[in-house]
Amino acid sequence: MQLAELGIFDLVISLGETHLSQDDEQATRRDFLYYATGGTGAVVVGAAVWPLINQMNPSADVQALSTVEIDISDIEPGTQITVKWLGKPVFIRRRTDSEIALARETMISDLPDEMGRNANMSGADADDKNRTLDQKGEWLVMMGVCTHLGCVPLGNGAGDFGGWFCPCHGSHYDTAGRIRKGPAPENLPVPLASFINDTTIKLG
Amino acid sequence: MAGIPHDEYEPKSKFEKWLDARLPIAGVMYATLTVPTPKNLNWMWIWGSLLTLCLVLQIITGVVLAMHYTPHVDLAFASIEHIMRDVNGGWAIRYLHMNGASLFFIAVYAHIFRSLYYGSYKSPREVTWIIGMLIYLLMMATGFLGYVLPWGQMSFWGATVITGLFGAIPGIGESLQTWLLGGPAVDNATLNRFFSLHYLLPFMISGLVILHIWAFHTTGNNNPTGVEVRRGSKAEAEKDTVPFFPYYVIKDIFALAVILVLFFGLVGFMPNYLGHPDNYIPANPLVTPAHIVPEWYYLPFYAILRAFTADVWAVQLVSFVTGGIVDAKFFGVAAMFGSIFVMVLAPWLDTSSVRSGRYRPSFKWWFWLLGIDFMVLMWCGAMPAEGIYGIISLIGASYWFAYFLIILPLLGVMEKPLSVPSTIEEDFDAHYPPKSKPAE
Repeated sequence: MQLAELGIFDLVISLGETHLSQDDEQATRRDFLYYATGGTGAVVVGAAVWPLINQMNPSADVQALSTVEIDISDIEPGTQITVKWLGKPVFIRRRTDSEIALARETMISDLPDEMGRNANMSGADADDKNRTLDQKGEWLVMMGVCTHLGCVPLGNGAGDFGGWFCPCHGSHYDTAGRIRKGPAPENLPVPLASFINDTTIKLG
Repeated sequence: MAGIPHDEYEPKSKFEKWLDARLPIAGVMYATLTVPTPKNLNWMWIWGSLLTLCLVLQIITGVVLAMHYTPHVDLAFASIEHIMRDVNGGWAIRYLHMNGASLFFIAVYAHIFRSLYYGSYKSPREVTWIIGMLIYLLMMATGFLGYVLPWGQMSFWGATVITGLFGAIPGIGESLQTWLLGGPAVDNATLNRFFSLHYLLPFMISGLVILHIWAFHTTGNNNPTGVEVRRGSKAEAEKDTVPFFPYYVIKDIFALAVILVLFFGLVGFMPNYLGHPDNYIPANPLVTPAHIVPEWYYLPFYAILRAFTADVWAVQLVSFVTGGIVDAKFFGVAAMFGSIFVMVLAPWLDTSSVRSGRYRPSFKWWFWLLGIDFMVLMWCGAMPAEGIYGIISLIGASYWFAYFLIILPLLGVMEKPLSVPSTIEEDFDAHYPPKSKPAE
């Protein structure tokens, strides 16, 4: 009889009978079937579950990374704007001379987080020069998302260090957006950003 | 079903016999409804029935609300206002659902603290206890998901903060958070899935509730003495118990009536008392409310989350030992989940051979202190994260852990318990002396 003529049940039964009628050496054939079936089952379940898990990851339209260009010509020293980028707020602040001086006086050893967290300068330390877009230190661009649990910190000199203060759980950031006090573990991150010309900043 | 000897269901009519031979559902319902229940249960044993009612209330009002709600960032807030103003009786249904969540949590906390006092979690009821804790966790998840749906400021920022908890997990945190949100921040994808899950979880809770009831009907109810029902014979068991129906059904319905009067008072006259006005401001991703507060039923655990800041020595020690992998943020998250996990472990942490707190003179004091601690933490959770509240939260959180991890194990060894009545009947007769023999 050819295998093709056998229904699946006949096949299973014939294998079982083979096992029963043969000596112990043949027992490995049933073991093999158990493992093969179990293994196939696990792969099939995994293959079926993965799309159900993966569908929750960001969809293509969300993933399509946008770059935005922001006109900064209206921003006076000592003021800031908040723009939305990738669903999150970005702070763009034009710092005053005294804010810059305050940030540059601070010793790195006084900072809870000594990393610069600047996507444009990976690996740099938290020195104020490594936080700003320009050499002079006037333009501070950073994510407006508290590194504790994601609230938007209040700006314009809020908090004990004259920078930002997160109202949710009381994190204080200084004039360079570096964490100084409270539960947040890291400095506010600086996103990929660059000057296109004197009055336009590109994010992303 | 129950391990206690009791009357069995006997199909009488022809139809009952026909059905029983095919699906013995009437027998299961009979056994469930007439389960022998200790006759000395006090008023703290009404919460289970109330919780079941809450689940039914939330599912019914929720299904109805879903008929009018739109889970889209541009329409969600407006669709809630549509329910409140345009849908016939919609305001009442929504207020019932909103405050129903609060009633649900009042009942579950009373139920949990009842179990902690009378030792209901102890052997042989550990499985009932663990299932109960799972139900409680699912309730918290469901409540949180539901609170996001109106898409007000508290909805949005609550979702941001709570999903941020998962982002605190070292290594996988960030991608886990993105996966939960469906994007880099809370947005439409988040709202859609939260709606779907908010609809799903109550049915998972229903399944667990059935297992919960099955488990404690197998072991029998605990009771205020903590003494087990005698099971030698049916006659003996009947001296300690009464059937759940009609005795406890009537009692529970009376309690329900009283509680529902208060509940409808709340729903009718001050429906927003337990809510937060900020949630009537549409969600704005660029502005955080000055003071983010979760719903009242999360406050104690929220206080524990916030208590462990980077200046606490325990946090610094753990951070140092783990080489900075566990920072203050993750420590707080771990403490919050840990505070519930230690409760789950209570059956094995409590070393006392006496079940009920009624006969444990020192345990009582520690227990009531835990109750006060819970209220203090709730108060701290509602306060801004500054100054003295941080210190009080830290003391409160420390006591919470100390109660389960230190006091419960030590008390069982050090405490000298009072004498426990030998039977439930003895305790019952001491409270309600049999006046005279009933006339034959």
